[in-house]
Amino acid sequence: MTQSAVHPTPASPTPEGGHLLEVRDLHVEFRTTEGVAKVINGVSYHLDAGETLAVLGESGSGKSVTAQAIMGILDTPPAVIRSGQILYRGRDLLTQPEEQRRQVRGKEIAMIFQDALSALNPTFPVGWQIGETLRQRAGMSRGDARRRAVELMDLVKIPAAATRLGDYPHQFSGGMRQRVMIAMALAMNPKVLIADEPTTALDVTVQAQIMDLLADLRRDLDMAMILITHDLGVVAGVADRIAVMYAGRIVEHADVRSLYKAPAHPYTKGLLESIPRMDVRGQQLSTIRGLPPNLMRIPSGCPFHPRCPYVQQVCVDVVPHDLVLGDGRTSACHFAQEVRDDSAR
Amino acid sequence: MSDFETVAASEDQAARRGPSGEPGAPNQVGGTSTVTGRPRSLAGDAWRDLRRKPIFWISLALVVLFTAMAAVPALFTSNDPTNCVLARQHAAPSGGAIFGYDFQGCDTYARAVYGARASLLVGALSALLTGLIALTVGMLSGYFGRWVDAILSRVIDIVLGIPLLLAAIVLLKRVASDSSTVRIASVIFVLAVLGWTTAARVVRSSVITAKEQDYVAAARMLGASNGRIMWRHILPNALAPAVVVLTIALGSFIAAEATLSFLGIGLKEPTISWGIDINNGRVHMRESATPLIVPSTFLALTVLAFIMLGDAIRDAFDPKLR
Amino acid sequence: MTAPASPTKVRGETILAVENLVKHFPITRGVVFQKQIGAVKAVDGVSFELRRGETLGIVGESGCGKSTLARLLMRLEKPTSGKATLEGRDLFKASGAELRRLRRNMQMVLQDPYTSLNPRMTVGDIIGEPFEIHPEAAPKGSRQRRVQELLDVVGLNPEHINRYPHQFSGGQRQRIGIARALALRPEVIVCDEPVSALDVSIQAQVINLLEQLQDELGLSYIFIAHDLSVVRHISDRVAVMYLGRIVEIGTEDEIYERATHPYTQALLSAVPVPDPELRDSQKMIRLVGDVPSPANPPSGCHFRTRCWKAQEVCAVEDPATVPRAADPHPSACHFAELRPAAA
Repeated sequence: MTQSAVHPTPASPTPEGGHLLEVRDLHVEFRTTEGVAKVINGVSYHLDAGETLAVLGESGSGKSVTAQAIMGILDTPPAVIRSGQILYRGRDLLTQPEEQRRQVRGKEIAMIFQDALSALNPTFPVGWQIGETLRQRAGMSRGDARRRAVELMDLVKIPAAATRLGDYPHQFSGGMRQRVMIAMALAMNPKVLIADEPTTALDVTVQAQIMDLLADLRRDLDMAMILITHDLGVVAGVADRIAVMYAGRIVEHADVRSLYKAPAHPYTKGLLESIPRMDVRGQQLSTIRGLPPNLMRIPSGCPFHPRCPYVQQVCVDVVPHDLVLGDGRTSACHFAQEVRDDSAR
Repeated sequence: MSDFETVAASEDQAARRGPSGEPGAPNQVGGTSTVTGRPRSLAGDAWRDLRRKPIFWISLALVVLFTAMAAVPALFTSNDPTNCVLARQHAAPSGGAIFGYDFQGCDTYARAVYGARASLLVGALSALLTGLIALTVGMLSGYFGRWVDAILSRVIDIVLGIPLLLAAIVLLKRVASDSSTVRIASVIFVLAVLGWTTAARVVRSSVITAKEQDYVAAARMLGASNGRIMWRHILPNALAPAVVVLTIALGSFIAAEATLSFLGIGLKEPTISWGIDINNGRVHMRESATPLIVPSTFLALTVLAFIMLGDAIRDAFDPKLR
Repeated sequence: MTAPASPTKVRGETILAVENLVKHFPITRGVVFQKQIGAVKAVDGVSFELRRGETLGIVGESGCGKSTLARLLMRLEKPTSGKATLEGRDLFKASGAELRRLRRNMQMVLQDPYTSLNPRMTVGDIIGEPFEIHPEAAPKGSRQRRVQELLDVVGLNPEHINRYPHQFSGGQRQRIGIARALALRPEVIVCDEPVSALDVSIQAQVINLLEQLQDELGLSYIFIAHDLSVVRHISDRVAVMYLGRIVEIGTEDEIYERATHPYTQALLSAVPVPDPELRDSQKMIRLVGDVPSPANPPSGCHFRTRCWKAQEVCAVEDPATVPRAADPHPSACHFAELRPAAA
């Protein structure tokens, strides 16, 4: 396969500064008694209106921390934002006073989590919890908030919503709880929805329902979505673009079709080759050797070099910059071209 | 709490997740430093925590001081606490007697130093015996559950309902012997028999937690006997919290011994004990308060030291408080 | 380590047979005078055979009873009724020496590599524990050497024998768990979600290790997982469970290519395929609702409340897991048929 065959659709290219949400060169450290863990090391990505960006990574890659920094919910300490900008509609959230940030949080950008059970307060009925935001922030009356809560529960397809307002979180199944959390996140009509591993704790048939729901809601409400996940299958189903994270860096960034067709970073390539596929038979699983790095001692040069089959001396010495491959693709690998050509073969 | 639930919840979430993002996933940053190769355990964390606490060092120093006093009292005074001369009644400090003399003409300081032995002996042995009872009862009750637990838990409830001092008075009244050894042994026995319940409850709950762990299931699948599972897999994990509770109990046993001796039903002369001296000092308080104040202070410091030490260790071992 | 293959042990013969296994957990009320008010039917009549040298995958969603099944086979739970024989010996009637012998022959790898290893024991003690419980398996003098061999077999450094579990990563810990399961040279290993707690890039390493060990040692696996892709990759035959029952069982090909039970078809169609090109061509069967509570399963066919084919007969008559006309592998559906699109 040649480069021309690569799908040329990085969702909607907008001029510099015109992005809905943009993370620029973010650096975050965790200062612990053990030492300093460099959790985010220069992450940049952007999100345009109406698109779905998948942020893919394994545990410790920094994918969730980036999202927490966007939401302004990092625990500081131990987390310290060393440098970088998070621009929402051109304004830097990091330099805003807390009061203004709170206006953005929930109203403009909302977030849902993997574990719906612990994200919901077990001692209040779900209808009350959905309505609380509306009463507190939109100044709705009790009755209005109630009616809107029913609408929201209908929106996320909770059957017989009106009769379930008074139920408590434990009376809902895992999938239904996830829907309740989505309804809460949607209460203020956010423009950006960050979904952090929204289906990891769910069974496969329920996962499919929730991913469908998220895709429908994104389209119907014209939101942009950041989908944080480790699941390559889930990403393939819904994402427009994908950013692959490793050791606090984005190692590859591409539109989803060209990335799956021909990954241009050895880490992405390794991941794609190491997952068993249900639709491919008798496949030999290749593995990525070794372990993810300790973030207190990130390897020199390219952080992936100790595990990389393409490793050369230059990888040990020099930190690779993002290599632009055209079509809006970048790969932080000295041998990006070569890797992509190998993958496409 | 924030005014917005999604965020409130997420803050909660962020706190639990720590740096790695996924709960339960290998955490390369803090929790388990798998790749640093440096072992890190609960005990290690607790020690790091303790090292920075002045209260831990102060209480530890006091415990060491009083233990040394109990072991080798001659290090602290060259006077004989039993060398009492009525002519020196309530005399001012002189020679080694830095706190003067009491009603009987004995060296107040020397008596307080020599009193440490009986107090610590009673405290330590009662705590040890308490530990044995608590570990046995807590282990059986927690491990076997069902009717064993039902019976033992009710026994714990009943013993817990008996007022310690009242029962101790009733029981010790029956000990007729005035022999020092017999009296010390009786006090230890009575305190342990009445005081093991809190520790047993702690052991029981940590046994129940440990029993549910997968590694216990793994041992069972290998065919390990109940005894082996309890000894190798559960006891080591239940021991630490028990030791903490027992340290605190040790302090209160010392106080209880002093109370019983003060009431004249614990230790008796010629045994030297803070409780006895406090009682004697009280009688002649108007003439000289020092013979009352000195043993009282020694007693208060010892009890406080053990309770603070136990408290500090317990806090350090409790990840929820960190 | 050498394969325990002796001339009498033929690959493909039945090594483990499970017949109509049932486990109901009583739901009780009251503290002193407990009264049973119901039962969670975790495993509700399960039968299958495991053949020597094969991998039987067991898939299903949470609450389907697959983990309880594993615990029953390992005798961590007592079955309510039913029978299981390992090489002809009754698994549930065995006790004493007989049970010890059976345990040596069947071991388990647990899901969570963080809680399955005692944090206060060294790796040497953990892997050596089987030899202490079964002293006849290895004479005392040779135990350390055996432990080191086992570490080597699972791809860990034999010199790390004195380290503690927390000094290893999740994948390495899972290897320690595998080494412990291998210590007594069992012929059957039950793997309960052995890779689901691991990172994607580590999963493949452990799957490959399990496959390699099977080839070298002639092991038979019962591989329990919720990840259908992993199960297809490793299994020769697959059983699909729903609410305590096996609804369909067959070869990997029969289940994944020619499933006749609607639940299996829905389950397979819901698995996300890691290929964006197939995004629109994938025809997903959307199941409505949630899995009913195993304490109160629907009458007749347990799946009927979510099934688009359900008729009156489904509520009345419990479909048997028997070969069906549509394809000759056992399927528990009155209306078993191949999925038109998949054929």
